[in-house]
Amino acid sequence: MKRRTWWILAAVILLTVLPLWLARAPAGGFGGADDAARQAVGTIAPGYRPWFAPLVEPASAEIASLLFALQAAAGAGVIGFWLGLSVARERARRAADPTREYDADR
Amino acid sequence: MHIMEGFLPPVHALGWTAVSVPFLAWGLRSMGRGLRAHPERRMLLGVAAAFAFLLSALKLPSVTGSCSHPTGVGLGALLFGPVAMVPVGFVVLLFQALLLAHGGITTLGANVFSMAIVGPCVSYGVFRAVAALGLTRSAAVFLAACVGDLATYVTTSAQLAWAFPAASGGFAASFLKFAGIFALTQVPIAISEGLLTVLVVNAMARFNAHELRALPVMAVRAREPA
Repeated sequence: MKRRTWWILAAVILLTVLPLWLARAPAGGFGGADDAARQAVGTIAPGYRPWFAPLVEPASAEIASLLFALQAAAGAGVIGFWLGLSVARERARRAADPTREYDADR
Repeated sequence: MHIMEGFLPPVHALGWTAVSVPFLAWGLRSMGRGLRAHPERRMLLGVAAAFAFLLSALKLPSVTGSCSHPTGVGLGALLFGPVAMVPVGFVVLLFQALLLAHGGITTLGANVFSMAIVGPCVSYGVFRAVAALGLTRSAAVFLAACVGDLATYVTTSAQLAWAFPAASGGFAASFLKFAGIFALTQVPIAISEGLLTVLVVNAMARFNAHELRALPVMAVRAREPA
C-alpha cells in the first residue's frame, strides 16, 4: 500500500482516540449525541411527551451492540469482498499480460 | 443525527415524511434506470451502500465528550449522484429504527431528509465546486464527504430547533443549543469520514478505473498530482 494510505489511516485512528483524552469528561461520559438531544428537548420543552414509542427495543445494551456489530460486519464484508476481488483480478490481468503497465504500479 | 422516536410533534413528523417520500421515489427510479443501463456498476453501488452501512454503525467518541457516527453517504453521492443515495440512506435508517430503536418510524422522514437527502446533495455540490476550482481529486473528495456529513447534523439541529423553539430566543437560541450537541460533536468525525472516503475513492481509482471513467460524476475529475 502507498505510504499516504497509511498516513490517512493513522490520522483517522488519532482523530478517534484523542477525544477520549481531550474531552472534559462529562458525567457518565461519552453517551450518544442523540440522547443528549433528547435531554435538550426536555429542558427546552419540559411539557413535551413523546407520542410514539419504538415498536421493538433491543432486549439490552448487549443485544443492541450485537445488532450494530452485525450492521458494520455486513458493510465491511462487502467492502472486503470487493477489495479482494479487485486485487485478484488485477493480479490475473498482470499475469496474462506482463508487458502492460498498470495504475497500481505508480 | 437520529431524532428519537416520537420526538417530533405529529405535524412535523408528517411534514418531513411528505417532503422525503418524493425524493425516495425519485432515487429508486434513478437507481433502477442507472443499473439497467450500466449493469457493471452494480458492484460499485454495492460498495457505496456497504460503506454507508459500515460507517453509520460506528459510534465514535468526540471532543464534546459524547459519541456520534459518520453517515457514509457522501461516497455514493459522488459516484452515482445525490438521489441514488436516498434509498440507501432510507434502508440504513429503517434498519436502525425497526431493530435498534435508534431513530424511529415517526421521525424516519426527518432523518431521511437530513442524512439521505441534504447530506448527499451538499457532498455532490461541494465536489463539483471544488473540482471546478481545479484542486486535486483527493481534496475535492475529502471536502465533499466532510462538509456533507456536517451538513446532515446541522440539518438535524435545525429540524429540532424548528420543532422546539426556545421560550426566550426562539428558533435561533434553540438551534445553537442543538448545534452545540450535534454539529460540534461531529467535527472530528466528519474529518474522519472525509479521510476514509478518500481512501475508498483512491482504491476505486486504482482497481475500477474503467467503471469510474464511465461515471458522469468522475468525468468532472479534478487533476491528480503526478
